Amino acid sequence: MDVLLVPRLLGELVVYLALVIPDLLPIVLGLATPLALGALCGVLNERSGVVNIGIEGIMLMAAFTGYLAGFATHAEIGAAAALALGVIVAVVTGALLGLLHAWLCVTVRADQVIAGTILNVGAFGMTAYFNRLIITPSGEGGAGVIPSVVLGLGPIAFATLALVGLVHFLLYRSRWGLRTRAVGEHPKAADTVGINVFRVRYQSVIAGCALAGLGGAYLTLESTGSFQNGMTGGRGFIALAAVVFGRWTPLGAWGGALLFGAFTALGVIVRVRPAAGEVGALLAAIPSFWYAALPYLVTIVILAGVVGRAVPPAADGIPYDKEARA
Amino acid sequence: MTALRTRLAAWWRVATLPILAIVLALAIAAVIIVMSSVFTGAGFFPLLPLVAYGSLLAGAFGGGVAITNTLVAAAPLMLGGLAIGLGFKAGLFNIGVAGQFLAGAFAAAVVGARLAEAPVVLAVTASMFAGALAGAVLGAIPGFLKARTGAHEVVTTIMLNNAAALLLAWAVTDLVRAPGFTFPRTGDIGNAALPVLLGRNLHLGVPLAFIGVFVLRWLLDRTTLGFEIRTVGANPNAARYAGVSPLVIVTLTMALSGLLGGLAGAIQMLGVIGFYASGISAFVGFDSIAVALLGRTDPIGILFAALLFGAFRAGAPLMQIETDVPIEIIDIIQALIILFLAADLIVRRVFRVRSRPTDTPGATTVTRAWGKESVA
Amino acid sequence: MRGITKRFPGTLANDHIDLTVRRGEIHALLGENGAGKTTLMNILYGLVAPDEGEIVMDGSPVTIGDPADAIARGIGMVHQHFMLVPVLTVAENVMLGAEVMNGPVLLDRGEGARRIRALAEQLGFAIDPGARVEQLSVGQQQRVEIVKALYRRARILVLDEPTAVLTPQETDEIFTVLRRLRDEGTSIVFISHKLDEALRIADRITVIRRGTVMGERAPAATSEQELADLMVGRSVSLRVDRGVAHPGEVVLEVTGLRVKDDRGHETVRGLDLSVRAGQIVGVAGVAGNGQEELVEAIVGLRKPLAGRVTLRGQDCTGEPPRRIRDRGIGYVPADRQRYGLVLAFPLDDNCVLTEYQKPPYARGMIRDDRAIRARADELIAAYDVRTPGADVRAATLSGGNQQKLVVAREFGDDALLILDQPTRGIDVGSTEFIHRRAIAQRDAGTAVLLVSADLDEILELSDRILVIHRGRVVGDFDSASAERERIGLLMARGAA
Repeated sequence: MDVLLVPRLLGELVVYLALVIPDLLPIVLGLATPLALGALCGVLNERSGVVNIGIEGIMLMAAFTGYLAGFATHAEIGAAAALALGVIVAVVTGALLGLLHAWLCVTVRADQVIAGTILNVGAFGMTAYFNRLIITPSGEGGAGVIPSVVLGLGPIAFATLALVGLVHFLLYRSRWGLRTRAVGEHPKAADTVGINVFRVRYQSVIAGCALAGLGGAYLTLESTGSFQNGMTGGRGFIALAAVVFGRWTPLGAWGGALLFGAFTALGVIVRVRPAAGEVGALLAAIPSFWYAALPYLVTIVILAGVVGRAVPPAADGIPYDKEARA
Repeated sequence: MTALRTRLAAWWRVATLPILAIVLALAIAAVIIVMSSVFTGAGFFPLLPLVAYGSLLAGAFGGGVAITNTLVAAAPLMLGGLAIGLGFKAGLFNIGVAGQFLAGAFAAAVVGARLAEAPVVLAVTASMFAGALAGAVLGAIPGFLKARTGAHEVVTTIMLNNAAALLLAWAVTDLVRAPGFTFPRTGDIGNAALPVLLGRNLHLGVPLAFIGVFVLRWLLDRTTLGFEIRTVGANPNAARYAGVSPLVIVTLTMALSGLLGGLAGAIQMLGVIGFYASGISAFVGFDSIAVALLGRTDPIGILFAALLFGAFRAGAPLMQIETDVPIEIIDIIQALIILFLAADLIVRRVFRVRSRPTDTPGATTVTRAWGKESVA
Repeated sequence: MRGITKRFPGTLANDHIDLTVRRGEIHALLGENGAGKTTLMNILYGLVAPDEGEIVMDGSPVTIGDPADAIARGIGMVHQHFMLVPVLTVAENVMLGAEVMNGPVLLDRGEGARRIRALAEQLGFAIDPGARVEQLSVGQQQRVEIVKALYRRARILVLDEPTAVLTPQETDEIFTVLRRLRDEGTSIVFISHKLDEALRIADRITVIRRGTVMGERAPAATSEQELADLMVGRSVSLRVDRGVAHPGEVVLEVTGLRVKDDRGHETVRGLDLSVRAGQIVGVAGVAGNGQEELVEAIVGLRKPLAGRVTLRGQDCTGEPPRRIRDRGIGYVPADRQRYGLVLAFPLDDNCVLTEYQKPPYARGMIRDDRAIRARADELIAAYDVRTPGADVRAATLSGGNQQKLVVAREFGDDALLILDQPTRGIDVGSTEFIHRRAIAQRDAGTAVLLVSADLDEILELSDRILVIHRGRVVGDFDSASAERERIGLLMARGAA
């Protein structure tokens, strides 16, 4: 066994990655966009005390409705308008689903994990049903793809960067942010100073889910231009892991999104810009299935390693009952 | 006589809500079908739901073949529902049944192909065992991680689902691919196939699933292990105080849950599908959630819920053929049922069912905090 | 407040209560746990709506629909369990809901901090607006709560059991603050179950029992005995006759124990103690000085960093809870709902919670329901647990009966009995019952370790008193030579 093998491989790997960064960066940012938006949804929801595992379903549904809107109208109003309409429809879909989730979790006080599951199962069913019914038989394509602005990234991807910063700033510097955090940590305390816990939670959930809707719009309107059943592919759940990784802060969650995006990007870049040398041979020999599985496995490892030390908002997942006597 | 009447009355009370939820879900789905009839070739057709449900019924119960189809479809759902129900009892949400199902199916297919020439008893038992074991391992991993690090099992199991699907696809393509076929798949299972007991396809797995229901019921109600599982689910702190190790129980429960999921995959593989290829139908994974919730996480309830969904799955293809209503309507109905169970307020309001304060367990809190402190 | 009535499912919490509070007076609302005092004040604060009755302020009737209304009308409340968000700073907590703004969206932290500091100075103490609440002591947190109320210009300040978690010195300090406020014209409602404090601080006392006003008195015109009788409705012996202890051999020995809490701080820092058979040793201390971790280390729920725990001469340090329990320990935990019971399970299961796996309750893996039921019936009868049957869920029991169930399960012929806050939040009747049984256990030869934040309980029951401060024993008194003041100082500062 060549003792120097591992260091040499690592060296080559580092050189390769450095070379490839200009190409890698836009890919990573692009892949991270839906993850980041989903993570922002998770942060907003959980900071106010509501667990939302239905981000996957919301994204999927919004992706579909956005695509459908574009698909149905691009012949009449032109591609650009259709795409814009699609984005709006997707965001509104997200907000409406957020309203449903908020209603289930805050008013009905149902189990929040089950509420999220309803969103997921329902979204899968609805999108597949209407896809088979409407889109597939028509044989037509959609409105196309939103063109990229800079570096191969489109407006939604850039908007995401701004949104991360904005949400972070607001959460820690604004009155709204303070009240939201208080409600998520100790809703009774907020209630006793006259804050409407239910309203704050509804606002956070709907706002967050609207962002998740934007993430869905990205998938079908800026990234691929088409819809496949189940195309979210677990992104909504990876987003949740990013939330935990980032300790429930917007910036941290974005970091998590980038990290997971990077691992997914690895599989792409290795094929598009193959590496040279021994490391290149090694990377090429790994089957594509493993690259595809990598982000999921990484998520598990990181979740297991990080969670133990991360503390969620104290009232996360606990429905607020005004009449409950301590 | 009155003892029987009180038992029946109690049963009826428990069953009311699920039954009404189903009715309401079917009603809403009917509305969706009517709305979407616009898109079918026949055009707007308000009576379409009736026709569709009629086909569904026919496909599920119309004749001996249909009934065996229903039972065959119900068997893995029973086991999957038990898997999730068992998890719920310990306060865990094992969405990984889909992955455990695939792993179990894969293991059973591979072992079955190897033992295709062996004596039937050996081939069947070994393959089933392999499937169960594969599922158990796939369940134990998130269980252990949850117990040790607090990593929420919803996220880890779904990640494993996706990873497992991909890696099993790789295995079938590169590792255990059987020669002589046009697409990557495992070999014929020959003697490892579950013996058919009745009709064309009622295989051994069906009675096994029924037995599983009663075994699990016995486990939960009459054994110390069942008590420990339920205690960890109801109050993990008190469980520690009582000397139960939440780490052990959580891992064990997830392993058992995974075992049931793997078994579901094994019987589906050995009884119906016959070989593993990527993309084999895994509706069991998500149907099981609805089955478990519909059955109120009680084994007997799960039995009936599994029969219902087995009927849905058995009848849906006929419905799609005869009326062009896509089979995905079943997924929508499923989501609606869960919705109405979770928001039982709606059902009560619509059907004017009075809620008795002692009956409803309230919000069944499966949600546990993301962090470590609630378990270890 | 006139004719206030409030019903909850199963109880009549307030039954046509009349209460009058004057400007610039301290009015004590006295009653035992569960009498309805907190409910009445929750109605005043808008957290709960009354079924009947009206509230009149400055001569005109008002409706208080929610806390925002109450605050707008100048009512402030300091709750028994603090309504402070631990991870937020003092400033953020005080400002919450009435934030100082810089423009329409952003907070003005600087200005907020300035105002809070000024307010605290006015009251005679100092607070750091930038400190996180979770870093503050209990007494400091309470002051933050008061500042919070005054920041909103409260003219009526309601304090719910404010001294429950304070040392005697901190109690004195808070009383000084209250008197100052009263002299400036604020009206104060002081909810308590402690007679002596009511007599000390109040200008007038209203006694409530089971939701009804039993009487209103001026402190000068009444006595502890009269108040006690009004509170409980029968002649209550204020002291339980402890009798003389006959200590035997050492049962529990703890040496050099060091334990970390959940956050990684070492809260038990080299602690020694011993308890003999037939003796009650009371550990007095302000909550948060290591008592919880000490008890958890002894019963095996937490692994110590260093040190030894020996039971009857055998080292059991760090053993799992079941093994230690089998050596002969009964343990009544501080939080009965979190650790002592499974509320969702029936009483049957709760009665055998700690021995469900042993015969006769189980043979191998199979449980014997009949044996379990027999045991439950036995315990319920012996400890007078009020319940329709053994098959109801533990959640349906009242606090006092829940505690009696836990006590019934744990009291027995173990060598060591650990009681952690055994009578916190329960009614006088159950408290008396449990105290008597504890003494009976001691007389039967059990070694008893009592941990309590209630100094009165410690003084009443203990044969020997240890004071714990910052994880070490700083005082060791024989009950005869124990002085309240001295113990209080040790509890607060670690040195007298």
